[in-house]
Order: sequence, then C-alpha cells, then structure tokens
Amino acid sequence: MANLKALAYKLRQDAVDIIMAGGGGHIGGDMSVMEVLTELYFKQMKISPENKDDPDRDRFIMSKGHSMEAFYAVLCQKGFLDLDDVKKRFSQFGSPYIGHPNNKLPGIEMNSGSLGHGLPVAVGMAIAGKMDRRNYRVYVVTGDGELAEGSNWEGFMSGAMYKLDNLCCVIDRNHLQISGPTEDVMALDDLKKKVEAFGWHVLSVDGNDMDALDAAFEDAKKTKGQPTCIIANTTKGKGSSVMENKAEWHHKLPTEEEYRQIIKDLKAKEAELA
Amino acid sequence: MNKIANRKVICDVLIEHAKTDKDIVVLCSDSRGSASLKPFFEAFPEQSVEAGIAEQDLVGIAAGLASCGKKPFAASPASFLTTRSYEQCKVDCAYSDTNVKLIGISGGISYGALGMSHHSAQDIAAMSAIPNMRVYLPSDRFQTAKLMEALLQDKKCAYIRVGRNPVEDVYTEDNCPFNMNKANFLREGSDAALIACGEMVRPCLDAADLLAADGIHVSVVDMYCVKPLDKEAVIKAATNAKLVLTAEEHSPFGGLGSMVSQVVAANVPVKVINVALPDEPVITGTSKEVFQYYGMTGEGIAKRVKEALL
Repeated sequence: MANLKALAYKLRQDAVDIIMAGGGGHIGGDMSVMEVLTELYFKQMKISPENKDDPDRDRFIMSKGHSMEAFYAVLCQKGFLDLDDVKKRFSQFGSPYIGHPNNKLPGIEMNSGSLGHGLPVAVGMAIAGKMDRRNYRVYVVTGDGELAEGSNWEGFMSGAMYKLDNLCCVIDRNHLQISGPTEDVMALDDLKKKVEAFGWHVLSVDGNDMDALDAAFEDAKKTKGQPTCIIANTTKGKGSSVMENKAEWHHKLPTEEEYRQIIKDLKAKEAELA
Repeated sequence: MNKIANRKVICDVLIEHAKTDKDIVVLCSDSRGSASLKPFFEAFPEQSVEAGIAEQDLVGIAAGLASCGKKPFAASPASFLTTRSYEQCKVDCAYSDTNVKLIGISGGISYGALGMSHHSAQDIAAMSAIPNMRVYLPSDRFQTAKLMEALLQDKKCAYIRVGRNPVEDVYTEDNCPFNMNKANFLREGSDAALIACGEMVRPCLDAADLLAADGIHVSVVDMYCVKPLDKEAVIKAATNAKLVLTAEEHSPFGGLGSMVSQVVAANVPVKVINVALPDEPVITGTSKEVFQYYGMTGEGIAKRVKEALL
C-alpha cells in the first residue's frame, strides 16, 4: 500500500507532463481522482493488457471523461499505452490521444466526454454480468458537478431496481466545478442521503486516502443485493499548494514557473511516501 | 387490408431468434405495450430489461449490454428515443461503436391527435447526421421481417423507424426481395422516378398505378435504407427521368428528400420535388387524415407528378 500511495504522486507528475506536452487538460480533476484510479487499477480490478478482451475482466468507465490525463497516466503505468508516445502526441493533429476517453485505444471500454453517460452504461454492463452469471465487477467514476445531469439519477434508480451488487459508482467529490463551488452552482448535499434514498449502499470516505478507499472498495465487494456508491471526498488540484482547492485550476495550464513548483511538490510527496 | 403492424413483426422475429440466441435482449421504457413487445417480455423475462420512463438510461443501459457482448434492441416511441436520448444514441451507441439496435416505434405522425410532442418528424435528419449510425424505414411487414433478420446478423448500431398502425402491403410473403442496403425497384418507367421510404412507399405505388392509367410511366424505388443511402439506385432511377419525386413522413429538411437531392444534383441533375410534412406542427387528425390533408396519398402524389411534368 505504501508503494501505491507514492505511485499516485508519480502518476500525478505523469499527468501534469501530459498536460504540458499537449498544451492543455483538466488538471484539477486529474489530481483529485488519482488515488481512486490508482487503487482501482493497481489493487482492486481484474484488468490488464493481457486480459483486456477476457469476458470476465472487470469493467471501468471514466464518466468524468475530462480527467483523461490522469487516466492516460494510469493506463501507461499499467502497460496499456506508452507514456512517451502519449506525451508526444496528446492533442496533436491526427492523434488517437484526445482529451476524453477513446475506446479505439486499448484499455478503454467506452467513450465519454459529455457528462452523465457513464452510470447508465455501467448499469447495462452490470446487468449483462448478472444475465451471464459472470463474476466481474463494474466500476464507474463520476465527477460531482456532473451529478446535475439527470441521467445519473436515472442510473441510480435502475442500479438499485436491478439490485446490481456487482456495480460500484465512485463520485469524485472535490466540491468544485468550472464555475465555482458545487454548492453554489447546483447544490448536491446532502449527497450521501440522496444516493441512499435511491436505494444504494453509500460510503463517504477521504478519497485521497488510499487506506480509506481500500476499505471502502472491500466493503462494496461484500455488499449484497444493492449497488455501492463511494463518495470519495477529495481535494481538487491535490498535491500542490499552487492549485489545491482553486476552481480556476479546473483546466488551467501551468506556467513554466508553476509547473516547476507543482512537480517539486509532487516529487517531495512521492519521496515522503516511498 | 393488412391488420399486422410492423412493430408486431419486430416482436415476432425477436421471439423466434431469442429461442436459440440468449444474447438477444429487449429493452423498453414503459413502452412494451405500445411497442408490441409484451409477448417478448412474457416469453423471455430474463432477456428483457425495463428502464422505466427514462430514455437516456434506456439507451445507456443498451450500450453497456452491447459492450459486454449482448445484442440489445431498445424500443421506445421514436419521438422520445431520437430526441430525449439523442446524445446517448450519438455517444454511447454510434461513437463508442456498440451493437445497439434502436427501434423507434410509432414514428412520424403515428400518434396523430396526441400532438407534436409525440411526433417524430425530425428523426431521419437527426439520426442520419450521426457518424456510424444507420437509418432504416421499412415499408411493410414483410420487409420489416427481412430487415430484422439482417440486423440480427450484424454488430453495428442502427436506428429503425416503424409506424404505429398496420400499413398496406407492398410485398407478399413469397415475393419480398431484400438485399441489405440496396433499394428495391418496384416499378420501372422513364417519365419520372418516385423514391420513398417507410409508409410513403405504398402511396407512391398507388400513384404509379394512377399515372399509368394516364399513360405516364414512373419508377418507384423503395429506399428503406435511408442511411447508407443506395446512391446507385438513386442515380439509376434519375437517369433519363424527367422528374424525381421523393416522399417521406418527415420534416422537409434533412430527410430522404434532402439526401436524394444531393445525389441527383451531383450526378444526374434533374428537377426534384420533395413530398414531406410541413415545417410546422401538423394539423390534428389520424395519420390517414393528415396524409390526405397534405397530399401524401396516391392521388396527391400523382397530381404533383402530373403538374410538374406539364
């Protein structure tokens, strides 16, 4: 676990480097979601480049598709993609490495980008698993601002209706969206009670604490008869004081000076955890 | 008069195949009755998914099922399926390249007096504009069955629009030629070419018979495959014709008429007339009354051809 905690900070550096190479990206959400992705890809999920077509593999959908640079960093570390190639071609003319998930790339199940799509699709994947009596699990990561899209609540309803205990929805609850605090733009709280009222097993944890996430995912696996939602309370821009909890860092491109400071902060944290 | 609606035929074909293919899944949005899919839900509950009145969820779930190897058929009124869940059709089906068959029932103005909220006069344009989405409007029950058989064999997404009510047969059980994505020439004549899709094919045949009685000989082309449009058939029909007339139960913009006009203009320039619904909420009435009012009948179409040939 110690190594994974450090790994999350190494992957943050990769994501920042991808953003710098491509001249843009959604850095704030990339940073907030990194422990969730690291825990899923390096601890929880049965998924690897070798079993990417195995019908029994776990399924992952990045509903907050704009956090693609974080996803790229993880897919590269996992061996699906080559980090140098991603950095070289991200957002470039003719590149397959676009700013949102592209399922023509290995390791990416479904496209997203427009928000509120992941959960209904994940419900379908989970229903398919039940129909075929396969024991794979389906994970979907949504943003919190994204939850204003009504389709998510349709998905919460059907997920509970069909008792999809093979489905786990993680909400990256960083409390910020592009225009400002979620509670000012379109209030979500009491989010836990809302999702519970839809019939889900809901856990609210520190989403940048890998131990807490690990416990939550283990709890989800043991939960029967209903899907689990993990509200991962995170810090947008996590890892550097340059960008932590600042709404303008939703998709700000660091200056050279900011970049140096961000990388310095991330490296220090990585070293501390290693 | 045929009493069997195309939607019922869809259910029959799916039931027959589901007996041996456990991957076929039918999804409805509280629409199993109006889609005539209740018998499927009763016969194969384990292969049926009810999404409730939630078309976005319906299509998203279908895409998720398809990505796991299922063969989902999502049936919902065409008006809602192609507008409320348009983005799911675009992103989750076409863009993600999932094998979802979208069945738009009660298409066009089938719902008659229920008003414009329930009409889908924009679906051909909307769905055709999505890359990787195919659009089919079968003309009768026999062709609907053939189309369904073909769609069960492929793994790409498609939108199929059928009407609510039984329509007069165009084909017979023994004579329903079908080649996927190839239009059918139902009549051949050199005075004009009538190109139609869906429920407008039968009126074009009626028009051809009326015109023949007056010595005017027209081709009639059943362009059930609106996308991919059978361009060769359009060019063949327009070549040597003095006039091309398109007929569709759709807005005058972006549908079959627009697509045929593009092909004709680029290849065999000749006058094209579009018979379509008006760009306004249609007059209240049954399909038959509305078609009559707007001249979307055998008589109306024959009249338009004669006027244009004068």
